[in-house]
Amino acid sequence: MKARLSLTVNGEAHDVLVPVHKTLLEVLREDLGLTGTKHGCELGECGTCTVLVDGAPVLSCLALPVDLAGATITTVEGMAEGGRLHPLQQAFAELGAAQCGYCTPGILLTAQALLADRPSPTRQEIREALAGNLCRCTGYTKILDAVELAALRIGVPR
Amino acid sequence: MMRLPPFTYLAPRTVADAAQALASHGAAAMLVAGGTDLYPNMKRRQFEPTVLVGLLAIRELRGVRGGAREGITLGSCTTLSAVAAHAEIAAHYPALAAAAGLVSSPQLRNMGTIGGNVCVDTRCNYYNQTYEWRKAVGFCTKKDGAICLVAPGSPRCWAVSSSDTAPVLWSLGARVRLHSPTGERTIPVEALFRDDGIEYLAKRPDEILTEILLPPADGWRSAYLKLRRRGSFDFPVLGVAVAVRMEGDVVRDARIVVGAVASQPRPAPAAAAALVGGRLTPELIARVSGLAAGPAKPLDNTDFTHPYRKKMTRVFVARALASLAGLAPAGWPAEEVA
Amino acid sequence: MSEDPRGSFEGKHEFTVIGQPLPKIDAWAKVIGETKYADDLFLPRMAYGRLLRSPHGHARVGRVDTTRARALPGVYAVITGADLPRVRFGILPVSQDEEALCTEKVRMVGDAVAAVAAVDEETAERACRLIDVEYEPLPALMSIEESLAHPEVRIHEYGDGPNVHKNVSLQFGDIEAAFARADLVREDVFFFEGNTHLPMEQHAAVAAAGPDGKLTLWSSTQTPHYVHRLLAKILETPAAHIRVVATPVGGGFGGKLDPFAHEIAACRLSQLTGRPVKIACTREEVFYIHRGRHPVLMWIKTGFTRDGDITGCHLRTWLDGGAYGSYGVASTFYTGVINPVTYKMPVYKFEGARIFTNKPPCGPKRGHGTPQPRFALECQLDKAAEQLGLDPAEMRKRILAEPFTKTANHLTVTTIGLGECIDRVVEASGWRTKWRGFRSEGASTAPSEPPPEPGRAGGARARTRRGIGIACSAYLTGAGTAVYWNNMPHSGVILRADRSGGVAVLCGATDIGQGSDSILAYLPAEILGIDPKDVHVHPADTSLTPVDLGSYSSRVTLMCGMAAIQASQRLREVIAQAVARKLEVEPGALAFRERKVGVAADWERAVPFAQAVELAETTHGVLAFAGSYAPPKRAGKYKGGGVGPSPCYSYSACVVELSVDEETGEIELHDVWIGHDLGRALNPLLAEGQIEGSVYMGIGEALMEGQIFRKGVHKNPSLLEYKSPTTLETPEIHTFLVETDDPEGPFGAKEAGQGPLLPVIPAIANAVYHAVGVRCDEVPITPEMILKGLELRRQGRPARVGPARIPVFTFKAPVVVESAFGQPADAIAVRPFQP
Ligand SMILES: Cc1cc2nc3c(=O)[nH]c(=O)nc-3n(C[C@H](O)[C@H](O)[C@H](O)COP(=O)(O)OP(=O)(O)OC[C@H]3O[C@@H](n4cnc5c(N)ncnc54)[C@H](O)[C@@H]3O)c2cc1C
Ligand code: SF4
Ligand code: FES
Ligand code: FES
Repeated sequence: MKARLSLTVNGEAHDVLVPVHKTLLEVLREDLGLTGTKHGCELGECGTCTVLVDGAPVLSCLALPVDLAGATITTVEGMAEGGRLHPLQQAFAELGAAQCGYCTPGILLTAQALLADRPSPTRQEIREALAGNLCRCTGYTKILDAVELAALRIGVPR
Repeated sequence: MMRLPPFTYLAPRTVADAAQALASHGAAAMLVAGGTDLYPNMKRRQFEPTVLVGLLAIRELRGVRGGAREGITLGSCTTLSAVAAHAEIAAHYPALAAAAGLVSSPQLRNMGTIGGNVCVDTRCNYYNQTYEWRKAVGFCTKKDGAICLVAPGSPRCWAVSSSDTAPVLWSLGARVRLHSPTGERTIPVEALFRDDGIEYLAKRPDEILTEILLPPADGWRSAYLKLRRRGSFDFPVLGVAVAVRMEGDVVRDARIVVGAVASQPRPAPAAAAALVGGRLTPELIARVSGLAAGPAKPLDNTDFTHPYRKKMTRVFVARALASLAGLAPAGWPAEEVA
Repeated sequence: MSEDPRGSFEGKHEFTVIGQPLPKIDAWAKVIGETKYADDLFLPRMAYGRLLRSPHGHARVGRVDTTRARALPGVYAVITGADLPRVRFGILPVSQDEEALCTEKVRMVGDAVAAVAAVDEETAERACRLIDVEYEPLPALMSIEESLAHPEVRIHEYGDGPNVHKNVSLQFGDIEAAFARADLVREDVFFFEGNTHLPMEQHAAVAAAGPDGKLTLWSSTQTPHYVHRLLAKILETPAAHIRVVATPVGGGFGGKLDPFAHEIAACRLSQLTGRPVKIACTREEVFYIHRGRHPVLMWIKTGFTRDGDITGCHLRTWLDGGAYGSYGVASTFYTGVINPVTYKMPVYKFEGARIFTNKPPCGPKRGHGTPQPRFALECQLDKAAEQLGLDPAEMRKRILAEPFTKTANHLTVTTIGLGECIDRVVEASGWRTKWRGFRSEGASTAPSEPPPEPGRAGGARARTRRGIGIACSAYLTGAGTAVYWNNMPHSGVILRADRSGGVAVLCGATDIGQGSDSILAYLPAEILGIDPKDVHVHPADTSLTPVDLGSYSSRVTLMCGMAAIQASQRLREVIAQAVARKLEVEPGALAFRERKVGVAADWERAVPFAQAVELAETTHGVLAFAGSYAPPKRAGKYKGGGVGPSPCYSYSACVVELSVDEETGEIELHDVWIGHDLGRALNPLLAEGQIEGSVYMGIGEALMEGQIFRKGVHKNPSLLEYKSPTTLETPEIHTFLVETDDPEGPFGAKEAGQGPLLPVIPAIANAVYHAVGVRCDEVPITPEMILKGLELRRQGRPARVGPARIPVFTFKAPVVVESAFGQPADAIAVRPFQP
């Protein structure tokens, strides 16, 4: 069964005709060419595929596009605005929070939702917010540092 | 990439339509809410429904109504995040907020629903595996096969009830509303479960769980403790829900329900009865926790060894009660509490 | 300009790029989601492939019937082993024992037997289920004991005995005399469970064969060069017609270092269909690909003097190798040869054996073969220190190896910053007070009060105990020999300057997240006085880039770095001559900085770099220069002496503070302090990142990760059930960089990406003992083990949990060589390809 859908991704409306059993992850990567969204298990077990739906982090590997008509979807490609990096992206690059970079898109988006909700989180709050994103490279240290730095910069724009 | 098998997806807008759709497709159809349990299982071919009836477009199934005084009604499609963050629930039914907030990961809680959590499939580490893996080890009774690999002599399946909220709802005395084309009924949550790894729900397949009804808080205090390897992602391999109602410092009423150690949540009525009329002293707690561990019957089909899970039942019951008594905080105990 | 590469750059303060915490050059693409990993490649007409894998642990393969699969609409091609040349391959020349698609036997659940290319992945998967394979099952041997007990069931026909892949024995000095000299001789048995790399990116490959017979493979591989060589052999296609491109790797840790069935099948399917073919592995398949940490059982006997000096050490290791050779011969040696690098160990004997079993093959994982014996040695030191009444930190400081000497087993050690590493972590952690303090609270050796039985305390007296532990380690900075014997460079760099003032770097190195692309930009930028942004790095393309052997054994920064320095020096020399002519000065008087070339005292006349390039191009022609590096030839002159030598060794010291819950056995880590001697921090941010990642991985191995098998299958091949630490299990990690300016490394740098994993595991075990008096001689340390130890303590028995027995096994008669302990190091700067 295929469905014709209109998906709003990164502020742009996309009309797609896709089999209903294709997950959001597959449609983003394979139909919309947005390969910034990565995947590590496709079973809800790693957080690598995280995107934002109406601002909340969700697992694109377990979401069906048919359920998302009318929703606002944000992927890593939509974080920078007008060529200006989001402060999180800037901080992740500057502090070496992306090593292999494979977990990075999912973590950036999860952190973006956190900061939207809680502009100056404690380190423990950051840990808890990112507890659903596995990273095998960094030991999370630089990731936590980068989220803290970005929060600081958003609070006090340079 | 692990992919879903093809299916037809129906997205009714009312409960009545959903019930109709479910009924008309019979055994080929399954309900899906957040999909966080069903979709991984389908990707591993543990279920192969050809029709899915999605509940997310039904507005009436979302949200929390009422208050602690008169009781709270949870729409079955309310997300776990919403349940965990609900101020009234956190204040008056803290065990429920805790359990919902301990399910898997933050992202998953934004998707998974409370109704789906109550109905979540039982688990077994011979079963929650891909088709190829199950084929390699030999298919088991729960799917595609005819023997139980955990207890080969046994005629039944021992897959584990792995819901965090089910034991809590039971301990709180919650009821659930079920809707089908033939009507609606409200039953105590414990009547929803069966002690069987395959037919783990006592509801009819055509019934939709629409609401969860919490009784008035009425002085009940509650706590939930969960055993798992990591602080995130992992299912419970033991969940302890306790609720007590005090009069002064004497226990007037108590319920203890243990999760993830059998195919359904296990109440510990003897232990609860032993609390009534007593004070929550360390001595009483020690005795009661020994009794409460009795109904826990873990087998070797989850993370951790089953003797360990059994042994921890007593520790977790003790700690949960101690936290209600104000003797020690729940969760990680204080440093050197002597 | 041909003096010491660091010639005019003395003193850290004069560096402009080196030592700066710069962003990685590829960070920007990574944070916007633009980096294209292998699975992100979508080519026109691309087909999707899938492998059919064996459901049997050990079986003869009979008829493979693909008729039904071929008939499925949407299927382009189905292949079996019969569609590939009948050659066996393996990463090491001595272990050519693999087939991409098995024809005679499958040796593990997950061995590939057939492959499909189809219009999409779903169709390919469906087609796989339509392939009928006849198997004749054989007994599957799932442990070292089983494999040794059943010589009649041979997993392979080759090796050093039935199911014995490798049997080695080396002896340096008179070990019995060494024990006779000792005041204390300890014998201990340890077990280290196998575990896997678990990169977040699942392996993927895209192959595109052209009508001209040429073939390109894009793959998430750490070693495009070895894959290139082996593809030529396996596909019987001239190497000159094969191009292997390593796409940015989403985590490797050693798991992407062999040529794999999915790569080979993608190539063959592409050749047959005339379409690009992608095969992306599932997470479960990644667990079967494995090549991870060997499970190792160890027996270690060490003699100590009253003061804690080691008189001699005898180590035996038994490795559970899994179904294939992979890097296993090297792994076997690595379980023995690196231990003597850390402490004064005048006499040493090592016996090791790798056993085949019907499990996914083990191989190189971060620390390759060395974390296991390190765990054994460092836990044993902790026990010895206690028996001798010594502070384990002070004892280690006393016995540190001497810089610029040789070890008993003839390895040449250069700089050693371990003493400073120990000082830093001891200081920062408050070791002295905590080690005495926690202990006097009575948790450990002779507890005044036994711990309560779980649950009996009524929840109120639940107690956690704090503990602190220390351990040290050493690791190599690049293997001294290639996996196939040759006299060519291990790493090559081509540098091309263009008239824009930009510089292109071509190098075969693969960035697996460790930052090798960035190092390749920083070093030329430093030497040429330009900005790293002016450098364009083109990595890991066998048609374009000079060979680099691969991202393993912590070799890349050192070897590519040295090659890049040489190429940069050569370019700089030519530019200097041209500018000198124009400015009428001596070339040696010129400085390169701020994108200019000129005389420091007369900087107004300095020539902009782009113009300097034009001047040089005018006189010299195209500015392209090569740099080459091969490590100094220092292999010990005995059989087996080729594994272990390295240009230099990094050192680490680690202190861990944790709590143990005496009722649940759960361990909570509070802080990890790690000091690492990395020679020089070329970029401190990247170095810290490598160290933090290593600590993280060590924590996982110490506390939860395990590649476990049950009923002949992998018990937990998923990210949910194979437990790896989340943010909540990872404590604060405090990193201290210790610089020793090693003469062998680029600007003095040594490795930082693997060594720091090693001490974490024994430091945790030692801290657990400090906290609750339970010796866990096995990892991962589980709550069940802690409770078992506490129960033993309650019964007044030795609170040790770990393996009880060692296999009945006869090692080879040892190769007996004089100990080289304490001899001065050979000359440092004599290396091939260096003027
Ligand atoms: C990695 C991972 C970790 C997890 N960890 C936990 C955990 O720690 N604790 C835990 O409790 N769960 C866990 N889960 C399971 C699951 O995600 C949650 O239980 C979640 O709440 C299920 O809700 P859902 O809406 O997504 O259910 P769905 O997947 O939509 O449905 C689950 C089942 O319930 C049925 N169902 C759903 N809604 C209704 C309804 N209204 N009426 C009748 N039947 C219905 C479906 O037919 C299906 O059989 C985990 C899942 C994953 C993938
Ligand atoms: S308990 Fe037995 S029958 Fe049930 S899922 Fe596990 S192995 Fe299968
Ligand atoms: S890919 Fe979605 S959670 Fe792992
Ligand atoms: S940076 Fe590699 S997995 Fe996180």
